[in-house]
Amino acid sequence: MLKEEVKRGVITENPILILALGLCPSLAVSTSVTNGLGMGLATMFVLVCSNIIISIIKGWVPDKVRIPCFIMVSAAFVSILHLFIKAYMPLLDQRLGIFIPLITVNCIILGRAEAFASKNSLSRSFTDGIVMGLGFTVSLLILSAIREFLGSNKLFDLMVIPKFQPLTAFALAPGGFFTIAFVMGVVSFLRSRKEARA
Amino acid sequence: MITLNTLTDSEKPAITAQTAAAKEVNLPPLHMSSSPHVRSAITVPMIMLFAIIAMVPSLAASVVFFGVNALILTAACVGAAVGTEWIINKALKKEQSIGDLSAVVTGILVAFNLPPSLPVWMAVIGSVFAIGVAKMVFGGLGANFINPALAGRAFLMANYPAEMTNFPATVFGSINALPDGISSATPLEAIKTAFSQGSFQVSEFANALPQLFFGNVGGTIGETSALALLIGGIFLIAGRIIDFRIPLTYIGTVFFLFWIANGTGTYFTLESIITPVFHVLAGGLMLGAFFMATDMATSPITPKGRIIFGIGCGVLTFLIRKYGGYPEGVSYSILLMNLVVPLIDRCTRPTIYGEVRGRG
Repeated sequence: MLKEEVKRGVITENPILILALGLCPSLAVSTSVTNGLGMGLATMFVLVCSNIIISIIKGWVPDKVRIPCFIMVSAAFVSILHLFIKAYMPLLDQRLGIFIPLITVNCIILGRAEAFASKNSLSRSFTDGIVMGLGFTVSLLILSAIREFLGSNKLFDLMVIPKFQPLTAFALAPGGFFTIAFVMGVVSFLRSRKEARA
Repeated sequence: MITLNTLTDSEKPAITAQTAAAKEVNLPPLHMSSSPHVRSAITVPMIMLFAIIAMVPSLAASVVFFGVNALILTAACVGAAVGTEWIINKALKKEQSIGDLSAVVTGILVAFNLPPSLPVWMAVIGSVFAIGVAKMVFGGLGANFINPALAGRAFLMANYPAEMTNFPATVFGSINALPDGISSATPLEAIKTAFSQGSFQVSEFANALPQLFFGNVGGTIGETSALALLIGGIFLIAGRIIDFRIPLTYIGTVFFLFWIANGTGTYFTLESIITPVFHVLAGGLMLGAFFMATDMATSPITPKGRIIFGIGCGVLTFLIRKYGGYPEGVSYSILLMNLVVPLIDRCTRPTIYGEVRGRG
């Protein structure tokens, strides 16, 4: 059960690589592994909390105003998180900048609230938040590892190959598009090959 | 569709019965097939071979002016291009396509777009990007929407701007600077600076023209000698491999626009054509107009469209060279025009016989 859920979040319904949700922050923060990890965990926290609250309040929220309600819930958790990061990890706050407050309107949060938490039980929504956050974090790690290595010849801010002049374009926006496109391409190639075999 | 076709001997016995009647009146046997019905004797490898032959003079000129380094870089680019195509075909279990020689042409063109002092491994990265990302990702030869060689150049420009714009002097020691000793990387930079500082003197730049024509000038590997490029370009046009419309309108537009903005204040004197001639001979215009804007997969198919394409490239090149941040704009002009080729093709679609076009 748990294994299947993890597989769903990380592989078959991976938020970035399969569902193509949350591409904007992924492009912006995947320049280094540290940023990617920080952003992934931050999103995961908000996702889990907002999924829990939304699945609890789903019965009372009128259908017409559900989106503003969902955003209010995620905004509350983002504020908590933002203050926490500002207080205890000022360096991460500096590096992620505006993208922490922007988690509020991240499509993953809203997408999971709309598609999952508002229709499912508390425990299932909780698991969904965990596995989707995990999928987001894992894909951000993959993307940012590729981009940090190619774009600045570093991993976790440490030099990898001495004397290699990095491909600066990968640290910039075009490199982000290339990387996401290629990783998505490889994933769907592997999937199609697996389906063909099955 | 039914076409008339002569058959080989081995196919003849099988259809004797059906065509007995036809034979009596000496008609060729009928043969069923789907389109295309007319096949040219010119094949893709032949076209590519023509292109390679056409680039030999420029390669020779670059070796003369830049030494053996130019040859090494070209060889590395060709090797990397062909190798990348081979590996990708192998990895994706596709039919091997390196035999059509198009990767060789792309490799040479990538090298032609690089300064001779570039480290070999950077050249290899450019080639790999050109074939891997700009060509194979989109389905290989004929399916790419931008010129692979120029994409490779643009990628290297984005990554290594310093190395890509460092042009050493030729082995004859002469002109990176113009005869009067203006210190600059390329003639195009010199003329741009002269115009922006208001220190433009026609006579200085007139003296540099022969050097530009023969190629004793700093620049990328392929663009150095206008003469060699002209020989290759005329060879391609004469062999009907490329359409004269694109190079003619491209170079013509650049010439015309720089004639208007020639900086001397006169229009019908010998001085007034120095600036336009300088701009036609310097930089990558000849290389781009003959070898890259004419790429079959990324240029329009209609004659009218090709004229529009050439003029568009010319206008963009003029704008970048005159007003842009870079001294040279050929590669970006062609890349930008590549993107609108589908639109041009759509707008210049010829009317079918009998078709009535709706008004506006």
